[in-house]
Amino acid sequence: MSSTTQGILDVSAQPSLIEGDPQLLELSMGPQHPSTHGVFRMNVVLDGETVVKLKPVFGYLHRNHEKIAEKQTYLGCMPYTDRLDYICSLTNNWAYARAVEELAAIKIPERAEYLRIITAELTRLQNHTCLVGFLMQDMGASGTPLMYAFREREKILDLFEALTGARMMCNYMRFGGCRVDTPAGWLAETQKVIDAYPKFLDEFEKLLTSNEILMARTQGVGKVSKELAVSAGLSGPMLRACGVNYDIRKVDRYGIYERFPFRVPLGDHGDVYDRYMIRLLEMRESLKILQQAMREIPEGPIQDPATKPRLFRPKVGEAYGRIECPKGELGFYLISDGTGTPYRFRVRPPSLINLTILEDMCLGATVADVVIILGSVDIVLGEVDR
Amino acid sequence: MIVEPIVESIKAAVPGAALEIVLNPSPSAQHSIVVDATHAVAVAKHLRDAVGLQFDYCSNVTGVDWLPKETSTTTKVKRMVDGVEQEVAEVTKTSTPGYFEAVYHLYSVALRHGPLVLRMRTIDREQTHMASLTPVWRSAEFQEREIFDLYGVHFDGHPDLRRLLMWDEFTDHPMRRDYVDPDDYEYEPTAHAEVLERARKHQEGAPS
Repeated sequence: MSSTTQGILDVSAQPSLIEGDPQLLELSMGPQHPSTHGVFRMNVVLDGETVVKLKPVFGYLHRNHEKIAEKQTYLGCMPYTDRLDYICSLTNNWAYARAVEELAAIKIPERAEYLRIITAELTRLQNHTCLVGFLMQDMGASGTPLMYAFREREKILDLFEALTGARMMCNYMRFGGCRVDTPAGWLAETQKVIDAYPKFLDEFEKLLTSNEILMARTQGVGKVSKELAVSAGLSGPMLRACGVNYDIRKVDRYGIYERFPFRVPLGDHGDVYDRYMIRLLEMRESLKILQQAMREIPEGPIQDPATKPRLFRPKVGEAYGRIECPKGELGFYLISDGTGTPYRFRVRPPSLINLTILEDMCLGATVADVVIILGSVDIVLGEVDR
Repeated sequence: MIVEPIVESIKAAVPGAALEIVLNPSPSAQHSIVVDATHAVAVAKHLRDAVGLQFDYCSNVTGVDWLPKETSTTTKVKRMVDGVEQEVAEVTKTSTPGYFEAVYHLYSVALRHGPLVLRMRTIDREQTHMASLTPVWRSAEFQEREIFDLYGVHFDGHPDLRRLLMWDEFTDHPMRRDYVDPDDYEYEPTAHAEVLERARKHQEGAPS
């Protein structure tokens, strides 16, 4: 199961060996393969069990989100952003709201800032928990870790449902604030979930982190160098697992993140195991942020009264706004021509751009490794294909 | 970012590069630099490698389609009308050609600054060739493919310029502003129709 990379990488450097070699086998992994996390296909050329070429094929879920947005009002685009990365709709909302707020210099009330941080960090918790569950499922740990993860995720989704009315398609944030205030008792319930979470993480880690099979399958698999990671535009846990200290929450200090002391976990090797560990460590940091936010959240308005989302018409100009969403850097680039609809609406999808070097990661690996390398990238096809 | 010193730095390093600053009137104040396609790769390499700039992280690549614009200006002209001199309003129409644009948002992971907005434009909407910056920033690979797919802009020097999201047999570019939706959404020119046709022939010829 372990990968030996060096010798086989040399083979792939000579394309003549691939063309017309009767030894090689071309295999289509996906689009209905369960390990591809949706409708995603990889055309893999195999030499025995070893990958010598891999071409990802996209577009099965393409609905041209960006074109649809060009026919919508600015507010009308907000529910569509939920459908990008449908696991983390709240951070998608925030990224889009941030781009619009950059475009029109909108102020956000204090309480809304705290609600944004609380919902975003809860989203990060449930996304990373889920991802670890999926990764274990891909690795063959059938059932148990995934079900543990889903049990915890459901507690957070219940909170989202109580707050926004929907488990996954939250459509919660607005330019200049949030849509609704917390219902009675919501903060107390949230506090309960946050307080109970470290215990679950301890249990989860005890089950997995030092597991021999997990280590054998993931350590040294899918390695990426620091230089390649930066050049290829990797972001989020993928980038930090390679040891690059770049967290947009720290770099851009958007929202009120500068008030929260938290650490940025970094990896050493850039392999699948590091990506797994980074996510677990990030959850601990998110819990710290959440504890502080729950202590400090003030009373007050949740929407900037000067902004009218329904009649929103920004001045001519453009803005690029980005946030650290659980999967990486999610950015929105908006060009306004002064009307009520964006002239250009661009999504920078972290899932797609993290796949740029999928082939580089998989060359020389076995088919079983390809599955977990893809699992460790953490993709959602709603965002990859848009 | 303040773009003027960056422009000066590029001018010193890449002589002959035609640069233009585009001001952004919105509060975000993300001003951009337009670079010509011939010098784009050299300029990009300078931005990535120069000490003090080090834009090593190309975050986002966007395609934009600007349609031709018609602007009319009214001027008062004195003219002889029926033997009497009169002031007449004269409308002159000027049209600026449309063009495609690729917008690169650059950041520096090493120095933690950004975004620098770099733009590249085609001359008009007929001539669709631009320089690819994938050799400089690997992250542009899929995003330039996406622009090629949805806008039909060709990036010269791209290692693998194929459609990304639409299927290979698709002929149009749906993100163009003048794209017309098809009437029949059911029809897909995929191999599926061919396979069905072959199967039908096979069935007909088969002994019953």
